Amino acid sequence: MSTDKTISRRGLFMKVGILFNGLVVTALAVPVVRFLLSSVTRGRANRYLEWVSLGSVGQFPEGETRLATFRNPYVTPTDGKTANTACWVRRIAGEQFQVFAINCAHLGCPVRWFPQSGLFMCPCHGGAYYQDGARASGPPERGLFEYPYKVQNGLVTIQAGELPTPGASAALLGKRPPCA
Amino acid sequence: MRLIAQIGEWFDRRLQLAAPIREVSEHPVPRNTASWWYVFGSAALVVFLLQLATGIMLALIYVPSASEAWNSLQNLNHDVTLGWFIRALHGWGSNFMVAIVLIHMMQVFLFGAFKFPRELTWVIGVFLLLMTMGMAFTGQVLRFDQDAYWGLGIGASIASRVPFLGPAIVKLMLGGPIIAGATLSRFFALHVFVIPGMLIGFVGLHLLMVIKLGINEWPMPGRLVKKATYEHEYHELTQKDGAPFVPYAVWKDLFFAAFVILAVAACAAYFGPFGPTGQPDPTIIQTAPRPDYFFLWMYAVLSFLPPSMETPALLIGPVIAIGALLLLPFLSGEGEKSWRRRPIAVLTILLVAVALATFTHLAGYTPWSPEMNAWSSDPIPARFLQHRTALERQGALVFQVKQCHNCHALEGMGGQRGPALDSVAVQLTPDQLIRQVIQGGGNMPAYGKNLTPAETTALVAFLQSLHPAGQAPARDASRALAFGGSGQNSSAVRPLSRP
Repeated sequence: MSTDKTISRRGLFMKVGILFNGLVVTALAVPVVRFLLSSVTRGRANRYLEWVSLGSVGQFPEGETRLATFRNPYVTPTDGKTANTACWVRRIAGEQFQVFAINCAHLGCPVRWFPQSGLFMCPCHGGAYYQDGARASGPPERGLFEYPYKVQNGLVTIQAGELPTPGASAALLGKRPPCA
Repeated sequence: MRLIAQIGEWFDRRLQLAAPIREVSEHPVPRNTASWWYVFGSAALVVFLLQLATGIMLALIYVPSASEAWNSLQNLNHDVTLGWFIRALHGWGSNFMVAIVLIHMMQVFLFGAFKFPRELTWVIGVFLLLMTMGMAFTGQVLRFDQDAYWGLGIGASIASRVPFLGPAIVKLMLGGPIIAGATLSRFFALHVFVIPGMLIGFVGLHLLMVIKLGINEWPMPGRLVKKATYEHEYHELTQKDGAPFVPYAVWKDLFFAAFVILAVAACAAYFGPFGPTGQPDPTIIQTAPRPDYFFLWMYAVLSFLPPSMETPALLIGPVIAIGALLLLPFLSGEGEKSWRRRPIAVLTILLVAVALATFTHLAGYTPWSPEMNAWSSDPIPARFLQHRTALERQGALVFQVKQCHNCHALEGMGGQRGPALDSVAVQLTPDQLIRQVIQGGGNMPAYGKNLTPAETTALVAFLQSLHPAGQAPARDASRALAFGGSGQNSSAVRPLSRP
């Protein structure tokens, strides 16, 4: 490297070389970043959510809450059983339903329904919810997550596809739960 | 022999490593650092090497695919010769590594070794601790079972609480909208390539600085660190009272390292590998996920935080903790090194140790969780049923059927989420019992909608019978005045029968 103000031929070549590498890296960074963020950007385009069927209305007796399972609409070849998801379906009356995510609104553990006491209880940190999903006690800040549902051709369908989490829930599931 | 020497010379002429290796191994260390207190750093390094070796061995069989990982672990456990032992070595190695890193850190803290000029060594040590924890968490995920699956859910739930960026962070972490194949693949990449790569680099820097700056001398009360004079004093110390690291100090490191590896192997052989527990099938909900040993304290803290405190504590707590660790050498870079003259440092260690031990212990029996099967598996002790009225026994039935037992213990059986009820009648009057059952309160759900008036009456009659033999149940003193006479016996029924 030359020490005075004049720039040598080699010094200039080195600087141009660095600049050239910088340009290449910048150009490559675009596809690399797009690749790394693909799981986020795809979600933002809302291509994860779809309507999935849980079965016919007749499978869910009125006034009762039953476990239903569905295959996540967005799957990859190596997902195996992890793409199967469970949810709690409460048929209030007729075509009036509530479909709760299995995940506790505290930290996502699977809540269990106890028809005897009419409570959902979480095995992790002791969260409890009433039969309508409202928070009953424990650490959760809100009630259970609810999937939007509709009854079509005698089938109960819900809009699902993303793991419900406390921070994302409001935007994710389209509506706020009854007790949020 | 001459041939070996010649071959050695041939290589060294080309590699030129003999001189620097000799220089490093014979560099003088203060004599009093050849202590059993100074063996934890090298032990952590040795366990890390064990983890690298066993990790590579596991990768020969393990399949990082959500549909195959669990099966490949079963294959390792049951079919591959000694696969279970290598898994056990790796699992116990991780437990030992976390423990030894923490002990090493504690020793460095108490001996004031983070002070000038070793601030950066400490800072890199903090990063090494974080990476060790990162390896522990990602490793737990690779053991792709129910605990791993729901542990990821907990991680996602915590990450989602970050303001604005939460949902994006969750999808970045999971590699998609749900915990599935992409999630395991990226945790595999983190556990096997990214974090170990960084660990190797940072361990190298950490060691380089230990060699360049010299090992911390044994702290003497009253010998203060001053930036202007310390380096000169240390140099003098190693000249006057120094000894070559090899063999003067290294033999203790060697003994302890061998002992630690032996302990890991003994635990592995005796206790065997960790899991995997049930298959990672999210539709199997009969599960009570628990994190691995080193995260149990966090699991306990999360159940004790009041709901409103939780998000701030989860998001700000780690920032404060890590910030404090990183700033420590800059806030306290000079002065007293000896723990004998640093009572606050000693108390801090004690407080942290007691807190971690207490929370870990609590997480061992999770008193905050309802015991899901108590209502159908824990009987009501006979003494609470003998010589009772039909109504009271009916109430005992309600107590079981409505799953009160899941949260309330009788004679130590049942859940511990709510208070034990062995002598509840002494504490609450009948009216208070009714109100508590129907409206809930505190941490108790309201049962008003789930109990008929007859059930409530029976239940409260039963609860009223729960008092020690010699002690009368609590009664509302004003009731006698208001209604005249002693209406105590039927008071449990009365409020319900009135409008």
